[in-house]
Amino acid sequence: MNIGIGLPTTTPGADGALVVEWAQLADAGPFSSVAVLDRVAYDSLDPFAALAAAAGVTTRVRLATMIAVGPLRPTALLAKEAASVHALSGGRLTLGLAIGARVEDYEAAGVDHRGRGKRLAEQLAYLRGRVDEERVGPARNGIELLVGGGSGPAFARMARYADGYAHGGGPPRAFAGAAARAEAAWRDLGRPGRPRLWGQGYFAFGDTERGNAYLRHYYAFTGPFAERVVAANLTSARAVKDFVRGYEEAGCDELVLFPTVADAAEIDRLAEAVSG
Amino acid sequence: MKVQVVGGGPAGLYLAILLRKADPAIEVQVLERNAPDATFGWGVVFSEDALGALRDADHETYVAITDTFARWDRVDIRYRDRLLQSRGHSFSAIARKRLLEILQQRSFALGVELAFGCEAKAVPAGADLVVGADGVNSTVRRAHEPEFGTRVEPEGCKYVWFGTDLVFDAFTFVFRETEHGLFQVHAYPFDERTSTFIVECPEATWRRAGLHELDEDESLAFCERLFARDLEGHELFSNRSIWLDFPKVTNASWHHGQTVLVGDAAHTAHFSIGSGTKLAMEDAIALRDALVRRAWDVEAALVDYELERRPVVERTQQAASESAAYFTRVAGYTHLEPIQFAFNLLTRSGRISHASLTVRDPAFTRTLDAWFTGASARVAPPPVFAPLQLRELQLGNRIVARADAEAVSGAGLVLSGFVAVSDAGRISPDTPTIDEWTPAHRPVILQLGHAGRRGACLPRAVGVDLPLPAGWELVSASPLPYGPYSRSPRELDEDGMATIRDAFVAGTHRAAEVGVDVLELDFAHGYLLASFLSPLTNRRADMYGSERLRYPLELLTAVRRVWEGPLAVRLSVTDWAGGGLAVDDGVAIARALVEHGCDLVHTVAGQTVHDDRPEYRRSFLTGLSDRVRVGARVPTLVGGHLTTLDDANTIVGAGRADLCILDLPSSDVERKVRAPSEPAERQIAQT
Repeated sequence: MNIGIGLPTTTPGADGALVVEWAQLADAGPFSSVAVLDRVAYDSLDPFAALAAAAGVTTRVRLATMIAVGPLRPTALLAKEAASVHALSGGRLTLGLAIGARVEDYEAAGVDHRGRGKRLAEQLAYLRGRVDEERVGPARNGIELLVGGGSGPAFARMARYADGYAHGGGPPRAFAGAAARAEAAWRDLGRPGRPRLWGQGYFAFGDTERGNAYLRHYYAFTGPFAERVVAANLTSARAVKDFVRGYEEAGCDELVLFPTVADAAEIDRLAEAVSG
Repeated sequence: MKVQVVGGGPAGLYLAILLRKADPAIEVQVLERNAPDATFGWGVVFSEDALGALRDADHETYVAITDTFARWDRVDIRYRDRLLQSRGHSFSAIARKRLLEILQQRSFALGVELAFGCEAKAVPAGADLVVGADGVNSTVRRAHEPEFGTRVEPEGCKYVWFGTDLVFDAFTFVFRETEHGLFQVHAYPFDERTSTFIVECPEATWRRAGLHELDEDESLAFCERLFARDLEGHELFSNRSIWLDFPKVTNASWHHGQTVLVGDAAHTAHFSIGSGTKLAMEDAIALRDALVRRAWDVEAALVDYELERRPVVERTQQAASESAAYFTRVAGYTHLEPIQFAFNLLTRSGRISHASLTVRDPAFTRTLDAWFTGASARVAPPPVFAPLQLRELQLGNRIVARADAEAVSGAGLVLSGFVAVSDAGRISPDTPTIDEWTPAHRPVILQLGHAGRRGACLPRAVGVDLPLPAGWELVSASPLPYGPYSRSPRELDEDGMATIRDAFVAGTHRAAEVGVDVLELDFAHGYLLASFLSPLTNRRADMYGSERLRYPLELLTAVRRVWEGPLAVRLSVTDWAGGGLAVDDGVAIARALVEHGCDLVHTVAGQTVHDDRPEYRRSFLTGLSDRVRVGARVPTLVGGHLTTLDDANTIVGAGRADLCILDLPSSDVERKVRAPSEPAERQIAQT
């Protein structure tokens, strides 16, 4: 199992310089990918702008959206942004897409929240089917495509159009359940081989209270669920190791750990926890 | 710290006891609407594993409860004048009234403030924690339904809960055929004088029997008459015993601010798996543990409590729903041999499998295996290793492998994958056509099809339903494109239908030449033949629209005429989409196929339209296969992500399918055994 690290694009107190430095340090460390989240109505960086900046200072790691909310963007623009990051990085983009969970992001973007699943399916067919590629370059071939979401239609979209599944986070047992559903869908749609399975979690080593406060704020829209996310924040090397082992046993191919504290010292501490 | 518990049932009282035990400084008040000795319902059941948790949580109540327990390890199944018994199922039961007495006494002793005859409305403000332990109709929950995200839906049969002075010596199921339909009883002893006796039947049967017009006494008399033989002259007793629907309660969240739900207020599980009281008391333990762990930080503890309990509860609710649904359909299984009927009953909720039953009761599965395989009871292999006769063909076992799987040798049958009847019927350029196809493995089931409007796509290694930049012309029942960017197909005219029918016949001849064991016509997943079957995709104005089965049946008949071997049809039993085929429609189609010479139905679902709502999980097609097998009385082949041999033994043994596609996960052990040249293995071999 590969281990990736999130960039601090949604955590409070991270400026542009830290995000760039973070990507550079991750590329020099034991991580196989750097990944970003996607919010509109939140003080956060645009996922594709952040990955483009990361592309410029990294040579090795994959650049991943975990996930980007596809339907918030017009399809051709989404394809253009993704293909541009892919080109700028020399073909290192992993594009995770889903419908997202926040109505306010749709409101802020002026996009109808209804019909979002159908729109995402169209976007995936456009991206993967290379529709309109002569007109809307650069080329999209080689972009690793992941789809997230927990509904039956989400698993069907994943198996129909993508290379793998982007899980939304939770204990290893929840991941294992989702992985079984992803594999069931993959078989049902007659895909050869098996889907790539990506998982994610949150961590904070230093100021864990600050990390928890950020998660509480970020997930406030979910009501009581926010406290469940906070409770799952990995705040010790032991917790990280257990989590990593659990995901590995559940068949995860790439586990991305997202910072909740924007402090570059967290990178080394995570590197130590996952290599020790 | 002040805790107010609304509801003096097992969950509320047990929580009060545990909290006072954990810290006597905590004020705990229990408010109960009824009098201390008023109780509804007779006995409650516990399984063995529930008891361990109770022992650790509070030894005094554990001793008092287990002291009065009725225990048994047998399940008796009375069916068609036979009595089948299965052992090794550790159950205990206690009178609900006695359980409450024990918990009330212990509460008093520990200084819990108990207020009876007290409506929840009287809950005064000022508590640090309010616990809704007030059951299925919880007033605490109802005050904040939107915040809890409450859903209450009826599930299962109509049922009525009696007591009787006949003391059963096992958990007893009785199935009784009547002119109105099948009735069944769930009965178990709960003390030395009394048993619970629950009668149930589907709503349609209940109405036919006129039970909706009978009052409490009359329906008691009806049940006494119906089960007179089983009651052996004993009486039924009523305790507000009226016919009910079981309400399945779920909540998106079990807590809101300082308020938390436990037991039935938070979640119910159908009584037919007997887990309600167990779940309620386990909730109390988990909540106490979370509060202690979080040093009485209520908000953090409520999160912990829900995190810990939700996965356990949801698994139990899933099993309970499977069980409830089984009992609504059980009349359909009465043609099964008693041993298979009993195995099907025991494995209904997915919690008992062939392997786990073998651990509990080896004699039972041995009897099943012997009956199933026709071998001697001493040496019978499990069900999947029984041969299957399809016309003249005998398959060695019930395991079906995909041709692209790691290991196909040893499988009873190997799937060919989609083979097109013609170039125009291909899914993608890499789809084999019947003219060039030869079997790589035997015995083989050849999946012969025409892709219809799902044709002319990129290879599935890239994705599914992605149109080729320059494809070929598509045909379908009606000119509706399949998915985003799909090209519109041409409506197939009668000449086109004849041409394709002839291609299937020619393909059948070719199959006979190259050596095919089972021929399977693909009427599934929105391909050409499936597009005729579904109202979502067949909008034709001609007779092939008014009779949607017409063309597929014509084609089946034409093939049947020239194919003497076993003939299968792959069928989407439901479209999983609004306005499409539902399971009952799919079963009716399966019956028509059987009438036209189909020997085996390969049960799949969905993909009729691209925006369907599939239900992916392990074993997701088993229930559908079961419905087809029972409803059309035809052997079935099923996949749906079956990942263990035990899955297949359970499914085949219970009569839910006849052949199972196994998707075994690749294992490290297997890889290492197969590749002994790796250095580490060499070392082991040398030492």
